[in-house]
Amino acid sequence: MQRIGVFVCHCGSNIAATVDVKKVAEMALMEPGVVHAEDYQYMCSEAGQLRIQEAIKEKNLGGIVVCSCSPRMHETTFRKAAEKAGLNPYMVEIANIREHCSWIHKDMEEATKKAVILMRAAVAKVNLNAPLQPGESRVTKRALVIGGGIAGIQTALDIADAGYPVDIVEKTPSIGGRMSQLDKTFPTLDCSACILTPKMVEANAHPNITIHTYSEVEKVSGFVGDFTVDIRKKARSVDMSKCTGCGVCQEKCPSKKTPSEFNRGLNNRSAIYTPFAQAIPNVPVIDREHCIKFQTGKCGVCAKVCQAGAIDYDQKDEIITEKYGAIVVATGFDMIKLDNYDEYAYSQSKDVITSLELERIMNAAGPTKGHLERLSDGKAPKEIVFIQCVGSRCADNRGKSYCSKICCMYTAKHAMLIRDKYPDVNVTVFYIDVRTPGKNFDEFYRRAVEEYGVNYIKGQVGKVIPQPDGKLLVQGADLLDNRQILKEADMVVLAAAIEPNPDVRKIATMLTASIDTNNFLTEAHAKLRPVESPTAGIFLSGVCQGPKDIPETVSQAGAAAVKAIGLLAKDKLMTNPCTAHSDELLCNGCSQCANVCPYGAISYEVKQVNDHGIREDRRIAVVNTALCQGCGACTVTCPSGAMDLQGFSNRQILAEVDAICR
Amino acid sequence: MNTAKKQAELIKEISGVNPLKCMKCGKCSASCPSYNEMDIKPHQFVSYVINEDIEALVNSKSLWKCLSCFACVERCPRDVKPGKLIDAARQIVERQKGGDYLSPDEIPESLDPDIPQQLLVSAFRRYRR
Amino acid sequence: MKYSYYPGCTLKNKAKDLDAYARACAKVLGFELEEISEWQCCGGVYPLGSDEIATKLSSVRALNEAKEKGQDLVTLCSACHHVIKRVNDDMKNVEDIRTRANNYMGLEEPYAGETKVLHFLEVLRDKVGFDTIKEKVANPLTGKKIGAYYGCLLLRPGKILEFDNPENPKIMEDFIRAIGAEPVIYPYRNECCGGYISLKEKELAKSMCDKITESAAGFGADMLITACPLCMYNLNKSAVSDLPVYYFTELLAEALGIREEVKEEVGNK
Repeated sequence: MQRIGVFVCHCGSNIAATVDVKKVAEMALMEPGVVHAEDYQYMCSEAGQLRIQEAIKEKNLGGIVVCSCSPRMHETTFRKAAEKAGLNPYMVEIANIREHCSWIHKDMEEATKKAVILMRAAVAKVNLNAPLQPGESRVTKRALVIGGGIAGIQTALDIADAGYPVDIVEKTPSIGGRMSQLDKTFPTLDCSACILTPKMVEANAHPNITIHTYSEVEKVSGFVGDFTVDIRKKARSVDMSKCTGCGVCQEKCPSKKTPSEFNRGLNNRSAIYTPFAQAIPNVPVIDREHCIKFQTGKCGVCAKVCQAGAIDYDQKDEIITEKYGAIVVATGFDMIKLDNYDEYAYSQSKDVITSLELERIMNAAGPTKGHLERLSDGKAPKEIVFIQCVGSRCADNRGKSYCSKICCMYTAKHAMLIRDKYPDVNVTVFYIDVRTPGKNFDEFYRRAVEEYGVNYIKGQVGKVIPQPDGKLLVQGADLLDNRQILKEADMVVLAAAIEPNPDVRKIATMLTASIDTNNFLTEAHAKLRPVESPTAGIFLSGVCQGPKDIPETVSQAGAAAVKAIGLLAKDKLMTNPCTAHSDELLCNGCSQCANVCPYGAISYEVKQVNDHGIREDRRIAVVNTALCQGCGACTVTCPSGAMDLQGFSNRQILAEVDAICR
Repeated sequence: MNTAKKQAELIKEISGVNPLKCMKCGKCSASCPSYNEMDIKPHQFVSYVINEDIEALVNSKSLWKCLSCFACVERCPRDVKPGKLIDAARQIVERQKGGDYLSPDEIPESLDPDIPQQLLVSAFRRYRR
Repeated sequence: MKYSYYPGCTLKNKAKDLDAYARACAKVLGFELEEISEWQCCGGVYPLGSDEIATKLSSVRALNEAKEKGQDLVTLCSACHHVIKRVNDDMKNVEDIRTRANNYMGLEEPYAGETKVLHFLEVLRDKVGFDTIKEKVANPLTGKKIGAYYGCLLLRPGKILEFDNPENPKIMEDFIRAIGAEPVIYPYRNECCGGYISLKEKELAKSMCDKITESAAGFGADMLITACPLCMYNLNKSAVSDLPVYYFTELLAEALGIREEVKEEVGNK
């Protein structure tokens, strides 16, 4: 029997207002093994920790239970405190009487009863705890960044500048991401390419950065500090080492009818292409699906015109395997499809466009060479209507429940730029709320109204009605004037909601990183650990974690880099000693544990065992403790009870259940 | 519970609508084909129920101008469906004695030989208990 | 293939032709509409009050009869379709309504939304297939520019009616193509015609129909088709333009080459 101490925290009034903490301490003294119990206002405070340490020494405690908040908050704090007093940190148990008790109950009597039960369970468990020693694992001093948009580029640059090698894996033929598609950026209206391309060039030239474009992460194994990643480098059909980027192949390519992804399908590109002029690397790829040579075997024009002899039709996908200590996800976003919003006539009229399409139209390198014109007839519009919140803030399963955050600002930007360049064009914005928190943001929006005369109307649009003469009738509400508006427009621009890149689900599964119902990656703590995934060694950068604009993305990218650097700077990591192991005599080699293990930590060996004097060879499960994360899936799956988890043994858990049922 | 509160609760019950979900975007009023005929506009139905001003709602012209075309129901991004609220208010009126908006005596003068049976059936169902 | 068929009140009176063309076309296309016995009026409007039961019972009776016969229930009038489809959804998914309606009905086996409700157009699309119709067309309506008028009842609420995309439907356009004509897509095809309001608010209904016909004519339609007798009445009565309005079944009969014989038959009744 251990000598156990119980420490009950008031957490100010967080616990003490609902739980009779004195009673819990009093009851603790009646539990077998408990030789010391006390309550205190803030156990996590310096003074509180000191009380624990003194009690350990004075009463020669062999195990302690702290009745306080969730172990996610302060388990580490109390373990460290206990260690300082000479107690093995794994002899500390937390009874969560805050999140699991005081915060969710109102009745003091009931809550106290429950707190006592939780305390009892923890005492029963600590009685069976054994000192554990963490092991050590090495750290591969190299980082992987998935996604080559502004978030990925910034994270990679910051990690590289700190002296660590970093690889960027980008799915498309060039880095640059969404930002490369933008014309101007708020709130200062600088040209997006002008501020992005220097960063792209810097990343490309950085001795510590390797860029894999037209590549995808295929498989991830390992754990924090020691990930092994397979990267598929898709066949470019162009030899990167020979290509000079002269562009002749693209000019001469006879297949020119593929919608340009970069220009959002507003114009076409050739089958051999670089997405845009400043692409990095400036080496084209052949889109085999639309290439005449690949589809029919005839053609080969690009190979004929290529002076450098860089075209290689026989190139194959290549899989490279690399080791990394840290992985940063920066997979970005796209706009939602507008199939569910046909009342805005997006699919019925070419002159109803999304905001991202407008960016391309406004851009000098875009499909209209920067001239603002209607896509239906090329005429200059005189009346433009913007509609905000298309698919954002929805509770009806048609759209997204969240606010996309960037639309209010970019719509003000679009409105302002149009009024500035084409003063005779009238601009109307239908909005529900104008949300502009951010430095100089509201001032920016007010400038659109006050200096540029943009007409803001509070109210949604019910329907966009195409007219036989090609105009668009916008039927909307003006809630402040309490009238229904029928406004004739030449162009309608929809601020469609943004959503995480759909690939993120696949990537999150490979990384065992958690993801929310909207496909945003979950952070380890919403406030205090916003750039870390709950899965150790995985960091989040940019919109993959939640909607954000460029300045915010860049800040977060830096923060993610710092967290990755902090990891890479360590030579060794302490490993979690709470891992699974199998009892050779009980294991029947059925493979069920290996099938459920999410970390691939279980393999099988044939071992000679001595079962009651009979020696025989048996197939037995073996756990790689370096890979095991201690999730316990194997222990509950094992039909013979051979699998057990250190620190959470079947005996310990049953003792807890017994204590609760007592 | 006072009468106004009771009536507001009744409207919520009959309609199955939770008016608190409304974010006041006005999409209902932007979609309504009868908007100009209404004194209380579709987006306002919600506030009248929240504010328990049912007296004004049941005495409004709007009650009889709604076509039950479901445009607001279809397009409401918050699943509030103002058309259901107005329908519930209408039923509160019709379930009271003398609350009918249409009397059989009115029919002969508005009858024309082409009127489909469906019209009369619908009108009686919408305008009377 | 045999279906239970719910004609409804108007199809027995003012819209006899809508019904007659449909039955005749069904024969040509190889399916049979078996009118359910002793059907009662659907009520014309779906009762929006969630506490109304009695007004839903006639639909439940029709649905249950189809269930007992093991047939899908086919409707033609937009209002009947709307009411019966929505009541069926209630019986399937709203426990309180299901329990109370079944208590009232006292059926041997409670009805719980088992019957599949199909609009005649859905039968054409999903069971017969527009491709098959195209093959059977003897007299294609080549060169005719037809605007489909959907109205509200067939489309909304989209999640329950599951008829087509409520903001950009295409079933009637596909139908128009199948009979050899050219569909004219115009934005007011899913806006309300005014419905029953034309009894007391003639001007309002008229202005709504004016918008619809003007828009259709503006986009080049020669004629409109509808599935709803009330839409037909309002569009004919109130519209400023002289676009003719037909039931879609009449044009189907024409394409199948049986319009005249059915017309004669209806006229003689």
